[in-house]
Amino acid sequence: MITRERKRWSIAGNAVLGLLAFLAVMPFILLVISSFTDEAVAVANGYSYFPEKWSMDAYRYIVNEKATIFRAYGVTIFVTVVGTVTSLVITSMLAYMLSKEGLPGRKFINFMLVFTMLFSGGLVPSYMVYASVFHIKDTIFALIVPNMLMGAFHVILVRNYFTNSIPRELLEAARIDGAREIPILFKIVIPLSKPIMATVGMMSAMTYWNDWQNGLYYLNDTRLYSIQNILNAINTSVQFLASNSVSGMKFSDIPSTTVRMAIAVVGILPLIIAYPFFQKYFVKGLTIGGVKG
Amino acid sequence: MKNTKRNKRSQTGGYPAVKKKQGFAHWLPFYLMGLPGILYLIINNYLPLFGLQIAFKNFNYADGIWNSPWCGMDNFQYLFSSNTAFRIVRNTLCYSVVFILLGMVLNVTVAILANEIISKKTKKLFQTLILLPHLMSMVIVAYLVFAYLSPNTGLLNSIITSLGGEAINWYQELKAWPFILTFVHEWKGIGFGMILYLATILSISEEYYEAATIDGATRWQQIKIITLPLLKPTIITLLILNCGSIFRSDFGLFFQVTQNQGALYPVTDTIDTFVYRGLMVQPNIAMSSAAGFLQSVVGFIMVVLVNAIVRKIDKSNAMF
Repeated sequence: MITRERKRWSIAGNAVLGLLAFLAVMPFILLVISSFTDEAVAVANGYSYFPEKWSMDAYRYIVNEKATIFRAYGVTIFVTVVGTVTSLVITSMLAYMLSKEGLPGRKFINFMLVFTMLFSGGLVPSYMVYASVFHIKDTIFALIVPNMLMGAFHVILVRNYFTNSIPRELLEAARIDGAREIPILFKIVIPLSKPIMATVGMMSAMTYWNDWQNGLYYLNDTRLYSIQNILNAINTSVQFLASNSVSGMKFSDIPSTTVRMAIAVVGILPLIIAYPFFQKYFVKGLTIGGVKG
Repeated sequence: MKNTKRNKRSQTGGYPAVKKKQGFAHWLPFYLMGLPGILYLIINNYLPLFGLQIAFKNFNYADGIWNSPWCGMDNFQYLFSSNTAFRIVRNTLCYSVVFILLGMVLNVTVAILANEIISKKTKKLFQTLILLPHLMSMVIVAYLVFAYLSPNTGLLNSIITSLGGEAINWYQELKAWPFILTFVHEWKGIGFGMILYLATILSISEEYYEAATIDGATRWQQIKIITLPLLKPTIITLLILNCGSIFRSDFGLFFQVTQNQGALYPVTDTIDTFVYRGLMVQPNIAMSSAAGFLQSVVGFIMVVLVNAIVRKIDKSNAMF
């Protein structure tokens, strides 16, 4: 039964959320339009939703300089895939161990895990360890290992799922049939945990795709730059484009006002395309795991 | 295994009786599986804790973390004798408090309103769109902000000048930034923040509302009497989590969105941007490590403290 009062609330909800949705989307539209704006017009009139002249020059430049951009794309994809897969394997193995009842030392390891959410050394010691103990600077590991490979929150989400949603009898039956623990995890438990795997995997993939901080801290070698690092470098100095130009373009020839926007568009395009497919996992994952952990 | 379950319930600290029957070999596969994760925790989270000692050392790269000479509290004295210490602590705390409180109010309000939307399709569409900024890195957000605020090509200045006003050099305009940063933070975070509460609201049984409707309660009363009280645990949990990071700031927000403009430091410099600069840009490990140390320790104290307070009020809402 929908009362008139209920309808009024619905209208209020529609109005507020509609406004927020509008605010959320408008900047992206400006970004895309800016990237298709004629360079001279953009310089003279600024970025606008209604440019006087459209142009593909910015994208033509990107195609020209594809060596730099594609390389960065490759780095981003590699880091995202390798990082996410490794992360899922490590996370689910630790979660499986922690979901095992009666395991000696379980409480201690659990505490070790939760403690990392309460206390962290911060940037300085972490940088010192990775840079001078593990010599991670200017290697691909710099983009994969620090801070992103496994998070306590994810382990807890997966552990909770294992304990609450995988029937214990099933595992017992497998064990009686002589199955070993590692195959049990990978052949029974993980396939039964697709929702949480998708959620955690997606969150991890997004972290890798979006990461620019590790590159900022640990990379001087621009050949290892991911797409985010390229964007960051351009933001710091648009000159970056010229100094890394393969075709030897001079800085003055680069349509820099619009190109920076075009590279940003290229950087977010895969996310936007993939977004509708993984959006549901956000809500799902949070409902499964609960905020409490 | 049923035995284990019963034991688990009856015991408080030790391990179930089953343990005695199971040898180390029985548990070995589990330990092996946990090993990579535990190793990573040690490398990524625990090893750096030893590095915290450089806050009390006169650090140099040649001697490294262990062999640099101790210097007592010198680094902290040095930090607090500068004006920056007050500035970065004030900025970090003020932004955190505003973000936490404003975020809580906005997120709860929007979640409740989202739940009021009758059409499921519209609700989902709005939710999808509002969540979009959450997917973006701060670098991208900096680009989006730049499209509006760039002094020469920004949309905002075009509008101001076309209305006859004078262009503003936004990246030098101190007064505007607390508002800009708060806006950007909420803009980026509201979709995700809302979902956390919406998930809780959706788990509330429809029956409560039906019963209340039959009793003649208005929707507003239902929200006040049913929704908000049932949201309380989520609100409190998130509050604890957020208070734990009250001494941390979103490095990306303060570093990228401000374009790291030195002119803006008085209102945008936080502990995290300060630590970063001291570590990488203008090396000043002494100050950087001291500020980082304070951040870690105070952050930890905050979590434990807030949790203790919550525990006193309502044990079931405490995190540990």
